[in-house]
Amino acid sequence: MSGEPIVDVQDLTVDFLGGVKSLRAVAGVDLTLRSGEVLALLGESGSGKTVTLRALMRLLPERRALIGGKVLVDGHDVRALSKSGLTAYRGRTIAMIFQEPGLALDPVYRVGDQIAEAVMHHEGASRRDARVRALALFERVRIPSAARRLDNYAHEMSGGMRQRAMIALALACRPKVLLADEPTTALDATVQIQVLLLLRELQRELGLAVIFVTHDIGVATEIADRIAVMYAGRIVETGACRDVIRTPAHPYTIGLLASRAGRALAKGERLAAIPGSPPDLANLPQGCAFAPRCERAQPVCEAAVPAEVAVSDGHCARCVFLHKSEATA
Amino acid sequence: MEQFQNDVAARDRGGPAQPLLAIRDLVKHFGSRRGWSGPWVGAKAGQRRGAVRAVDGVSFDVAKGETLGIVGESGCGKSTLARLVIQIIAADAGEVLFDGEAVGTSAPDLAAYRREVQMVFQDSYASLNPRLTIEDTVAFGPRVHGLSRRAAIVRAHDLISRVGLDPARFAARYPHELSGGQRQRVNIARALALQPRLLILDEAVSALDKSIEAQVLNLLVDLKAEFGLTYIFISHDLNVVRFMSDRVMVMYLGKVAELGACDVILASPRHPYTMALLASMPSMDPDRRTSEAPLFGDPPNPIDPPSGCRFHTRCRFAAPVCAATAPALAEVGPVHRVACLMATPGSGHPQAGVPEAA
Repeated sequence: MSGEPIVDVQDLTVDFLGGVKSLRAVAGVDLTLRSGEVLALLGESGSGKTVTLRALMRLLPERRALIGGKVLVDGHDVRALSKSGLTAYRGRTIAMIFQEPGLALDPVYRVGDQIAEAVMHHEGASRRDARVRALALFERVRIPSAARRLDNYAHEMSGGMRQRAMIALALACRPKVLLADEPTTALDATVQIQVLLLLRELQRELGLAVIFVTHDIGVATEIADRIAVMYAGRIVETGACRDVIRTPAHPYTIGLLASRAGRALAKGERLAAIPGSPPDLANLPQGCAFAPRCERAQPVCEAAVPAEVAVSDGHCARCVFLHKSEATA
Repeated sequence: MEQFQNDVAARDRGGPAQPLLAIRDLVKHFGSRRGWSGPWVGAKAGQRRGAVRAVDGVSFDVAKGETLGIVGESGCGKSTLARLVIQIIAADAGEVLFDGEAVGTSAPDLAAYRREVQMVFQDSYASLNPRLTIEDTVAFGPRVHGLSRRAAIVRAHDLISRVGLDPARFAARYPHELSGGQRQRVNIARALALQPRLLILDEAVSALDKSIEAQVLNLLVDLKAEFGLTYIFISHDLNVVRFMSDRVMVMYLGKVAELGACDVILASPRHPYTMALLASMPSMDPDRRTSEAPLFGDPPNPIDPPSGCRFHTRCRFAAPVCAATAPALAEVGPVHRVACLMATPGSGHPQAGVPEAA
């Protein structure tokens, strides 16, 4: 178990069909994740981070989204799972929490019943036992007066409490992998940090493998062991959290870090913004998708998608200039 | 364009020392009459269902040419405050003084006021009319205020290029044909079309991608200098507020918690809530992650705010007196005011009067 990755994704592609032409939202993503590891997928809207996450759980519409590549999670070939196999896989092997718990929880069932239902379904537990588990979970995620809150409907809870309830629901059947899709983005700052700390603590205690999607570098820094930066459907840089934050290698990552308003700036100084706007997925350039916005771009960038280059141990980036310096060194 | 700047200067009445905007004891309660107010509060038998006390006695000034940042969590009243200032909604009590004159609600007066004060909203798509092209959107205000169609279009094109979009490419497009960052630039151009002196930016960059956010922030800084504008910059993101603002006002549940120079407040906050907000920002250092949440629980519902100091239910310095006495904004330094009993000598709080409040 120890050496084997629990999530093994090779060359994942997702194409959305329909419309005039199909759209490649994920264009060859490789991911490996071991138990007890937290990976942050960092990227902007349209970079393919959420689609990657949903592909891992096969939550994309079957007929309109074409998944390619290898997706292995805890020994399951996710692409080949049958309908019943998928039902067993979701919840017990892998679970997901979403950005908007108000939309993810069912508004017409009590939250406690929703959790109990999952336990009854997956583990064949009695209703009574399932309620006991739900109560334990509510206490575990530190919802105050848990017993009373089990009988709440989702709208009766505050945002932070709803997010805790959703985490409880996701953990109800003891999954090995937790997927988190911007779970703190809709929360207030003082609540966000509470939820991040809770996730970190649960992850450590339960030995969960977590893939955490976010657009916020600060949040990624708080939660992740490793960071993978996505741009236009590809991972452009990946490495240990410390390496990516301290010594970013890809111009996009460098630009993102430099453009943060949080850096200490003298009054009147300008932010080092990345020029241009994110690419149109329907009209991606042949080569490096970041080249049109990159100040270092050369004709060579437009020729082909840059290969992954190892910058240091476990730290890779897709940029031709890294390749060059590597070759000459 | 110089014509714009001269125009702004010509409209200045009270001179540079007069605050551009003065807000006095502004109050807005929603649903003050008895009614349904949600099941999670005040539902106990016999209890009167209260109003949402969105803004509850707020006073501040905005000096000419400065940027006042307003921060706070959801439900603190910052967006309601913005809407009150621009008179989209009417206040229950209190005064809005613009360049020394009280802003009334009589029609001609309000139209003149709207030329001076404009707003940019968070949702760049919802705040644009989907059936108007970009040039019509920007020209709409000037036309309503009496400019000819031709002159309004000329001004619109000028502004569209000023916010970094090429009029030849964008003027005839519709909002859905633009990206989020481009749409927000259009919203900014529209806000500038009436040559206002005060711009209220309500979470104007919060919905943008980080790489675009920096571009728009730079643009706002440039436009401010170019047109001699004054900003009220509302955000939940302290980093962005730090970059933009000269002074910062921290709000909590409809009241001002702390108000002062940006550098002072963010470097050495005096209100426990400001301290907690700062400590809640994710650290950017992988080796020094946050290990303890500075606050527990969510912000209380503004329908039934806690008695006394509204923060006492979450404050770790809370003493019995905090539940009984509402602190006033007390001066603790040059242009630095704090609503905390610890900063009010003789308030009865154990730590009151201590020069360095923990």
